[in-house]
Amino acid sequence: MSNNVFQHVWIPLSATPLLWLAVTLGAYVFGLVIQKWFSGSALASPVLISIAVVSAIVLLTRTTYQSYFAGAQFINFLLGPATIALAVPLAKNIDLVRHNLHSIGIALIAGSLTSIISGVLIVWVLGGTKDVALSMAPKSVTTPIAMAVSIEIGGVPALTAALAILGGILAAILGQEMLHRLNIRDWRAHGLAAGVAGSGVAAAQVAARNELGAAFAAVGIGLNGLLTAIIVPLMFLFWK
Amino acid sequence: MLAAIFLFVGCQLTGEVLRELLSLPIPGPVIGMFFLGALLVCWQKTGTNRNIPVEVERTAETFIRYMGLLFVPAGVGVISQGGLLRAEWLPILVGLVGSTILSVAITGFVMHWTSRTRHTKVALINSERTL
Repeated sequence: MSNNVFQHVWIPLSATPLLWLAVTLGAYVFGLVIQKWFSGSALASPVLISIAVVSAIVLLTRTTYQSYFAGAQFINFLLGPATIALAVPLAKNIDLVRHNLHSIGIALIAGSLTSIISGVLIVWVLGGTKDVALSMAPKSVTTPIAMAVSIEIGGVPALTAALAILGGILAAILGQEMLHRLNIRDWRAHGLAAGVAGSGVAAAQVAARNELGAAFAAVGIGLNGLLTAIIVPLMFLFWK
Repeated sequence: MLAAIFLFVGCQLTGEVLRELLSLPIPGPVIGMFFLGALLVCWQKTGTNRNIPVEVERTAETFIRYMGLLFVPAGVGVISQGGLLRAEWLPILVGLVGSTILSVAITGFVMHWTSRTRHTKVALINSERTL
């Protein structure tokens, strides 16, 4: 009986995008419900919850990541237009961004170098392999740039992609509370920090709450992507 | 709604084309973001009191509100890294947490410290907490 179900329901379904599209959407809605349950706490991140739920289902059903992604790629595609959409809060707050360009430049360079150097250094000190250390270097920028840089310097691009998203979730979960603790209550600082340290995932968290934060997050993602794509390959030119 | 989606996808396409033509090391959507930003700034500055169309603003808000969902398919890719994660979980975990926290703190601190004298009222976060 269960064999029959497997043959007539599971096999045809798992070949269409419908199944994994529904599972991904369902898991995210579940994540949102859980977050509401914890009265909107950033700790109950719907991104983290849904990645855990979907990963468990994919692993339990012995589905390969490739066949999962074949279905879920439609959701992944929308990341493009969503990144473009960050231009709207950016344009609306352009005067404030322009007035703060000096600060943005200094904070960007400080934060970007901190992320690259501390990531590589910690892995190296704790005895990680060179592959992992190099994969860690570009992890704080937007996933496509991070993967391209990782290939360039000899890291593992798929590991870099996973680190970029997990790091973004961490920045989204801990960032705001940590900056509050440091007595920083400024959307410019919160937005830029999210964009520089956590790229899209952390930016999404700030952007959903404040438009000015969204503008500075957009600047942070774009400029840090640019800076990292240029300096990381130069920094690791001689470590191959 | 549809016109705004067309605008976004059109800018993404423009970004991809620019990337290919100029062989830039930046992904198309990021170039497209700056392209649309420039377009919208020109739009705002050329007319007197011209605002971004409400439709564009609403569509952008919708995309941004659900941006978290869009990272899930790529995030599930972590399952294909099981071997490396098991073998080197300690350096990976400490490196990821440590460098992310340091980077958030340094960026936020420097930004706050260097800009604290300008426009602080507009940017102030009300005492609401998220945790």
